[in-house]
Amino acid sequence: MKYTPQDFKSDQEVKWCPGCGDHAVLASVVRAMPEVCEELNYTKERFVFVSGIGCSSRFPYYMNTFGFHGIHGRATALSTGIKVANPTLTVWQITGDGDALAIGGNHFIHAIRRNIDINIILFNNRIYGLTKGQYSPTSKLGLVTKTSPYGTVEHPFNPGALVLGARGTFFARSLDSELKLNQEIMVQAAKHDGTSVIEMLVNCVIFNDGTHLEFSDRAVREDRTIVLRHGQPMIFGKNKDKGLILDGLRLKVVNIGENGITEKDILVHDAHSDNIGIHSMLADMKYPDYPVALGVIRDVADKTYDDNVRDQVIEVREKAKIKTVDQLLHSGATWEVK
Amino acid sequence: MQHKIIDAQEVVIRFTGDSGDGMQLTGTLFADASALYGNEISTFPDYPAEIRAPQGTVAGVSGFQVHIGQTEVKTPGDYCDVLVAMNPAALKANAKWAKPGASIILDLDSFDEKGLEKAGFKTLDPIAELKLEDYHVIWAPITSLTKESLKDSGLDNKAIIRSKNMFTLGMCYFMFNRPLHFTEAYLEKKFAKKPQLIEPNKKVLRDGYNYAHNIHAIPNTYRIEPAKQELGIYRSINGNQATAWGLLAASEKSGRPLFCGSYPITPATVILEELAIHKGLGAKTLQCEDEIAGICTAIGAAYAGDFAVTTTSGPGLSLKSEALGLAMITELPLVIVDVQRSGPSTGIPTKTEQTDLNQALYGRNGECPIMVMAARSPAHCFDTAFYAGKYAMEHMMPVLMLSEGFIGNGSEPWKIPNMADYPPINPPIIDSCEGKFCPFERDPERFARKWAFPGKAGLEHRVGGLEKNEAGAVSSDPLTHEKMVAARAEKVARVANYIPELEVMGEQQGEILIIGWGGTYGHLYTATKELLSEGRSVGYAHFDYINPLPKNTEDVLKRFKKIIVCELNSGHFANYLRAKCPQFKYEQLNKIQGQPFIVKEIIDAVKSL
Repeated sequence: MKYTPQDFKSDQEVKWCPGCGDHAVLASVVRAMPEVCEELNYTKERFVFVSGIGCSSRFPYYMNTFGFHGIHGRATALSTGIKVANPTLTVWQITGDGDALAIGGNHFIHAIRRNIDINIILFNNRIYGLTKGQYSPTSKLGLVTKTSPYGTVEHPFNPGALVLGARGTFFARSLDSELKLNQEIMVQAAKHDGTSVIEMLVNCVIFNDGTHLEFSDRAVREDRTIVLRHGQPMIFGKNKDKGLILDGLRLKVVNIGENGITEKDILVHDAHSDNIGIHSMLADMKYPDYPVALGVIRDVADKTYDDNVRDQVIEVREKAKIKTVDQLLHSGATWEVK
Repeated sequence: MQHKIIDAQEVVIRFTGDSGDGMQLTGTLFADASALYGNEISTFPDYPAEIRAPQGTVAGVSGFQVHIGQTEVKTPGDYCDVLVAMNPAALKANAKWAKPGASIILDLDSFDEKGLEKAGFKTLDPIAELKLEDYHVIWAPITSLTKESLKDSGLDNKAIIRSKNMFTLGMCYFMFNRPLHFTEAYLEKKFAKKPQLIEPNKKVLRDGYNYAHNIHAIPNTYRIEPAKQELGIYRSINGNQATAWGLLAASEKSGRPLFCGSYPITPATVILEELAIHKGLGAKTLQCEDEIAGICTAIGAAYAGDFAVTTTSGPGLSLKSEALGLAMITELPLVIVDVQRSGPSTGIPTKTEQTDLNQALYGRNGECPIMVMAARSPAHCFDTAFYAGKYAMEHMMPVLMLSEGFIGNGSEPWKIPNMADYPPINPPIIDSCEGKFCPFERDPERFARKWAFPGKAGLEHRVGGLEKNEAGAVSSDPLTHEKMVAARAEKVARVANYIPELEVMGEQQGEILIIGWGGTYGHLYTATKELLSEGRSVGYAHFDYINPLPKNTEDVLKRFKKIIVCELNSGHFANYLRAKCPQFKYEQLNKIQGQPFIVKEIIDAVKSL
């Protein structure tokens, strides 16, 4: 069956603020899902959108699929239960920086550690929007918010470092307004077996406007970000004249054509490499020292938790002598009163 | 001395020692052998929270009490006829549980100066210090005899000393005329992979038996004939195991695979462990990262169509409160098992209590009534778990099952039921619908909504913690909210149409009605029987269903002049009844010591009314 974006839109009024980055992500998702269906031969009823609490977590109501709007921080646990109960479902989890990394941090890292086959889109706007503007675990040091009137005094998380620290098998990053790239990443995330985390850098027009602007501004975006694609050289810049090389144990930005550097010297992105070190360096890159990495940074194959749970049940079941509850009740020591 | 065999109706024996002395195993083996022999049994493990508390101290004493009888045995017994104490600390901590004149078996080797000092004795004569002169004390050099028995066994010293509990068990088998073959068969099975341990253990067991026979220090041995039980096949079962099996039974009857999301917590962990063993019956068990993930994975699984459960104890239930509200408002089937322990906070983790009732009834934000059931005995956990599953799935709602450390860890013989005698479980599963699916449309009888799993085309719908209208759209409309709150409450109230009526034991009307719920059943039953045998006008009503209450509750209460509510808390159920049936006056018997009732306490309280 061929689907259109319209098939995935629900009849509910979308209530995000005008100009909110979430609108663009919703548009990306409803465009990506028909493509996912086509590539993987899925039908729409297999999709479940799960969320926690926060602005972005309203998302499931806007999708004409099965959906579960959970409680704060627990979307990952809900997704885990859904996927383990029925591994044929394709589970998409919508969460924010507060939902996934503060109140839900524990579930987030453990889902990644287990490599359960769910797709997590982490809307990172570096602020609490729904509660009206308090700092989040990804807010920049010193950010002035309602709960940090003199600036925050705590360091932010880099979600990518957290994912890779838990030995995540898939990590990608994108910008709300990069609709085409978003779709490309979402299809790859869907194809990936295991926990896929897409960090979506989203703008909150009301409480943290322009938080990503220093590199997301269209005027400078190509020079200050790099889109990574497996098998392609790490070249970026408006004029495709900048690249990344390894200098000792560190990444270094170089200008192609200067100091004898040619395209051949530029690193080629290997998203499938098991070497987590290079992926960590890429995920850690910050402007102005480096371009911010977008695209699929890591995509490696490994057994998934839901498969392991199912396979173990099948394996034990085949060997089990106890096949019914009646047999269970009579197992072990029993005696008869005659 | 002429050895005499006394025929006894019942005997209580208490095994105590250091928490590393293997007293839990010794007690369990004694209980199992007695159950296999055909006695009625009831057991009570009483152990410290520390796996290995400081050796030789009172804090590190572990005990296991077994009550065996040829007539009805409903409690592990208040006081013991025989006390085994493997060290001075065990004697010090447990002498108070020995009946006047009881036999006390002591390991002479451990009663040295150092041991006595560690246990806090002030003199070198513990018998005089504890005023046990009138007791029948049997001093047996258990450690040295075990060493002697196993000196040629090839086992190392540590392994030999570990076997001293088998020597003690052998002595007790002689004292109670128990056959050895049940335990011998157990040892053969347990050490099938370490055959070098089978013979030494059997030998030390036999040597203990023969030693007790030879020393003539034991004037009388007891014979407890097999109980006159209903015909059938029996087994011994503890409450946590029975809970796990009851859940598996509900899964089988409903055809929904069992999903258990849980987190280890004393004293509920065994349920998770037991379910994890039975993947062969299709059970999926997730040991989650925390209690909240336990219930939330279960809620996710329930949405996707599994029979979902989560198991915990009081502090874990506190952590699950918010998610329990989510299960309630999304109207998904879920069984939450709370094996209560002493609180608040960490409290006394290994000790029993009924102090979670208020939390079970009220511990959530918003208008959030849920069904609450309570198990009365170890074997009764099976039926309670089964029916919790049945009501959860057929009525589309969370059901909270209360158990207690006392019955979760305790065991009793159980006439094995036949699954064919249990009712079917028919959840309101829907595969397709005409037009748009309205997730919160209810059936007019039960008020249950339909269960529509993801994966079924045309049934796409959204659930969540936000208030919704019948069609499933988010709504903050005042009247819709009030209507939905009322409908969810009504659904729980209507379960009263499906549960059994309250039964009264003893007098059906009269002077005093004794009321209890949960694991106090055995003690309250025994106390009632004694009061009846004294000619008192008492009835006893035990509540297996707490919310909703059985429909005939008021009918029962009004037939008695006085009502006494007995519970191991400060009066949670009494206050609940005051709210539900305010026309009656309720007396209370409460105990909050981390220990079960003593039958005599109940009898005294009733007589004092």
